[in-house]
Amino acid sequence: MHAYANPTRFLAIAKPLTPWLLGVGLLFVLGGAFAGLTMVPGEAKQGETARILYVHVPSAWLGMGGWTSLAVAGLVQLVWRHPLSGIAARAIAVPGMLFTALCLATGSIWGKPTWGTWWEWDGRMTSMLVLLFLYAGFIALTNGDANGAGGQRQGGSLSRGAAVYALVGAVNIPIINRSVVWWNSLHQGPSITLGGSSIDRTLLWPLGLTLVGFSLLFGAIVLMRMRRIIADNRVAARLRRLADDEGH
Amino acid sequence: MKAKHQRLILAAVALCGVAGAGVLAASALRDEAAYFRTPAEVVAGKTTVGEPMRLGGMVAAGSIKRQADGLTIDFVATDGKASIPVQFKGIVPDLFAENSGMVADGRMRADGVFVADRILAKHDERYMPPQMGDMPKNMKVAPKV
Repeated sequence: MHAYANPTRFLAIAKPLTPWLLGVGLLFVLGGAFAGLTMVPGEAKQGETARILYVHVPSAWLGMGGWTSLAVAGLVQLVWRHPLSGIAARAIAVPGMLFTALCLATGSIWGKPTWGTWWEWDGRMTSMLVLLFLYAGFIALTNGDANGAGGQRQGGSLSRGAAVYALVGAVNIPIINRSVVWWNSLHQGPSITLGGSSIDRTLLWPLGLTLVGFSLLFGAIVLMRMRRIIADNRVAARLRRLADDEGH
Repeated sequence: MKAKHQRLILAAVALCGVAGAGVLAASALRDEAAYFRTPAEVVAGKTTVGEPMRLGGMVAAGSIKRQADGLTIDFVATDGKASIPVQFKGIVPDLFAENSGMVADGRMRADGVFVADRILAKHDERYMPPQMGDMPKNMKVAPKV
């Protein structure tokens, strides 16, 4: 792992990998969407509306998975001070927030025709909204670090405050996961558990396609954003050097 | 090396503390964060007559009765342990059906009937394809009310 913690070595791999993740991811998402919309039957009780699960479920998992990896990156930054881990955490925040918002939006659109409401303050919805706000807070915090009085933080990495915030925010992840088990809620219990799936096999397989597809797209966005943060840092460092030279 | 290990231990201890605080907070919320009350909780006297509350449960089989005005329905909400008769005047969601979950906003009346002013349908975690053998071809799958 240490070998890839070097930005130059990282870039040598990330650059050719990005278009592959993007292309294959798009292919899987389009294939999954096509299968989910045309090749499987509507759900027995809900009819056509249940097809939105092929976007809703991967969005929820990526929103939660995003924060989990962001917290791990924050921990690595705090303990081992790898410059790339802080950059990774900053890069993950934006697609993580995007998929959390997508999960909330598709859930709301799904809730109206099935439950009869756009929004209710039950445990699952509230804790997922908290996750959206956590992402917003993290992005604001790290942008403040990058543009604040200290200028570009060393190597575009995380401040200690932001890394601690990432770790503390991870407490919300098991709460989201367990919210439908611990508390009475409007949202139904988990369909897919370690024990198996209560989504029938005939309806389940397009979810595998969109899950892989959205995950690859997530990865592509993270790599693109990491490359951009590294490039920004290099520009900033070069400008500083130039300014120093002119000073002489 | 030393400083790195120190930071690791410090981070691990802090994480355990934060996780512990989270679990404590969540368990303290257990009752307060519930979205609805179950019929068993109502029967056990955890609610006050006339106080706004939310009741959740299954719609008992064969219990939905429509009144002559075409708008008012009566049914029984049950959680397997207790049952509460519910009265509601208005339009219910498409998924509202017998043997299916529902959540109702309203209040208990002194005679033990829950008067609802809004009803939401709950969906369970199972997703099934329609049983094509049971119905004519091309028929839209609609829940029975």
